[in-house]
Amino acid sequence: MRPFVYERAEEARSAVAAVADRPDAMYLGGGTNLVDLMRLGVAEPARLVDVSRLPYDTVGVRPDGALRIGAAVRNSDLAAHPAVRRAHPLLAQALLAGASGQVRNMATVGGNLLQRTRCAYFQDITKPCNKRNPGSGCPAREGDHRNLAIIGHSEACVATHPSDMAVALAALDAVVHLEGRDGPRTLPLTELYRLPGDDPRRDTVLDPADLITEVTVPALSFGGRSHYRKVRDRASFAFAVVSVAAALDVAGGVVRDCRIAFGAIAPVPWRARRAEEALRGAPATEDAFAAAARAELGQARPLRDNAFKVPLARNLLVRTLTELVVA
Amino acid sequence: MDGTNLPETATITLDVNGVDHEITVDTRSSLLDVLREHLDLIGAKKGCDHGQCGACTVLVDGRRINACLQLAVALHGSSITTVEGLADGDGLHPIQRAFIEHDAFQCGYCTPGQLCSAVGVLAEAAAGWPSVVTQDLSATPALDGDEIRERMSGNLCRCGAYVNIVAAIGEVAE
Ligand SMILES: Cc1cc2nc3c(=O)[nH]c(=O)nc-3n(C[C@H](O)[C@H](O)[C@H](O)COP(=O)(O)OP(=O)(O)OC[C@H]3O[C@@H](n4cnc5c(N)ncnc54)[C@H](O)[C@@H]3O)c2cc1C
Ligand code: SF4
Ligand code: FES
Ligand code: FES
Repeated sequence: MRPFVYERAEEARSAVAAVADRPDAMYLGGGTNLVDLMRLGVAEPARLVDVSRLPYDTVGVRPDGALRIGAAVRNSDLAAHPAVRRAHPLLAQALLAGASGQVRNMATVGGNLLQRTRCAYFQDITKPCNKRNPGSGCPAREGDHRNLAIIGHSEACVATHPSDMAVALAALDAVVHLEGRDGPRTLPLTELYRLPGDDPRRDTVLDPADLITEVTVPALSFGGRSHYRKVRDRASFAFAVVSVAAALDVAGGVVRDCRIAFGAIAPVPWRARRAEEALRGAPATEDAFAAAARAELGQARPLRDNAFKVPLARNLLVRTLTELVVA
Repeated sequence: MDGTNLPETATITLDVNGVDHEITVDTRSSLLDVLREHLDLIGAKKGCDHGQCGACTVLVDGRRINACLQLAVALHGSSITTVEGLADGDGLHPIQRAFIEHDAFQCGYCTPGQLCSAVGVLAEAAAGWPSVVTQDLSATPALDGDEIRERMSGNLCRCGAYVNIVAAIGEVAE
C-alpha cells in the first residue's frame, strides 16, 4: 500500500479545501471499500481526509415527512431507524440485505453511494481494465461477466454498480446534498451516476473534491407498501445477482402510482421509468406486471453468460409487485 | 528508526480491554495489525484481510466491526474490546461458556471473531435492530435460529461448526 498522510476533517469546508488542493487526496468514510482497494493497489491516495466524524451523523424527519440522512450515518444505524422502518421499509431492507453486520456498522451512507464495482478485473491490477486503466481494454466482455450488466453498459465497460442501498434510494427519488469547490449544491440521486459510454473511469458526475454531506428522501404516501428483494448466489452476505426495489399504490384493483428500480443489472442503480409508466393506470395483475417488466427490459442487451438475468429480473419484479398487492 | 515525525505516521491513543495505550503507527496499519503486532493481542485472527470472513471481528465502542478493514489511525480516542477482554477476570463471558458447553468450535481459528460478533449481535438485538429476515420491521425481533444465522453471516467457519454456534448464541439470547 502506498504511504499516505491521514487527517481527520473537522468541518465540511476545510475537508473540501484539503481535497481540492491535491489531486492525490481522497475522502475516507468507513473505509470498507477504499481500504480494501488501497490494499489491492487499485486506489493509491497520498492523503486521506477522514470525513466519517463530520457532524453529518444523524437521521432527521422533517415536518413534511421527508428524511434527512447525514452522509456519515452508518448503514446499520440508518436501517434500524424507526422512521426508515416505518415509512420506507424498502430502504431498511436494502441496507440490511447488504454486506454483513460488521461491515454495516462501519460503512457510511456517503461511502456506500460511491463504492466501486466488484468486477473481478477491476480489482486485479495485473489485468487490463478500462475503468482502472483507460484504453487497456475490457477483459470482462469476453471473460467472466456472469454477474455484470445487461442494460446501460457500453463497448468499453460492462460493470455493475454494487450498492443495494442506492437502488432503494433511486426508487425513492432521493436527493444528494454536496459541498464542492464552489459551495453547496444538490443533485437527484439518479443524476449522480453516469453510464460508462466510451469513458468508464468515472462512475459519477462528481468532482473529486465534491463531498456528500446529506441525502434527503421525500415523503412517499405509499412508501409503507414497499419492498426490496435481492437474489444472490447464497442466502446471505453476498452481492446481488439481481435486485428490485418497489413501492406500489393500488386502489380498486388499479395501479395508481408506483416506484421501481433494479440493482445489479446496470452500471448505475437502474430506475425503471418505462415500467412505471406502463403500470400507472393499469390493472394490478400479474399480466400487467409482466408487461411492465418487458417495457423496461426490452432494452436489455445481455452478454454471453448473463442472459439469465433478463427473465430473473422480470420474474423478480412480477413476484415483488404481486406480493405488494396482497400485503 | 524513529518514525514519530514522518507525516505517514501518527500517534494515537486507544483504550484496549480497559487499558490505555499511546502508540505511534504507520497510517497504513489496520486495527488488526496494531492489535496483533504492537499490542500482542493475537486473539483476533487474519483470515482474509478483506472483510469477507469475520475472523478479525472486535468491538469498537461496543459495536462489532472488521478490524482488518479498519485503519487504526482513524480510531484515535476509541475503546476496543477484543476476545481477550470479554471475560471478567477468571469468569468467562456467558457467550464463552455457551460456546464451550455447546462444542461450538473445532480448530478454533474463527472462534474469537465468532465470540465478538455474537456479543455484538446480542447488543444489536437488545437495541431492537431488525435484520433482513425480520418479517415485521416495526416489531422487536426475537433471536430465533433464522435470525441468528442471518446476523452471524459475516463470520465464516471452515470447520462447519455452525449448528453448535447457533445453539450457543440461542441459549445466551434466551
Ligand atoms: C465483504 C464485503 C461485502 C459487501 N457486500 C455488500 C453488499 O452485499 N451490498 C452492498 O451494497 N455493499 C456491500 N459491500 C460494500 C459496502 O457496502 C461498502 O464498502 C460501504 O458501503 C462503503 O462505505 P464506507 O463508508 O466504508 O466507504 P469508504 O470505503 O470509506 O469510501 C468509498 C468511497 O467513497 C468516498 N467517500 C466516502 N465518504 C464520502 C463522502 N461523504 N463524500 C464523498 N466521497 C466519499 C471515498 O473517497 C471512496 O472513494 C460489501 C463490502 C464488503 C467488504
Ligand atoms: S467491465 Fe468495466 S470494470 Fe470490468 S474489466 Fe471491463 S472495463 Fe474494467
Ligand atoms: S480477516 Fe477481517 S474479515 Fe477476514
Ligand atoms: S472452528 Fe475451525 S474455522 Fe471455525
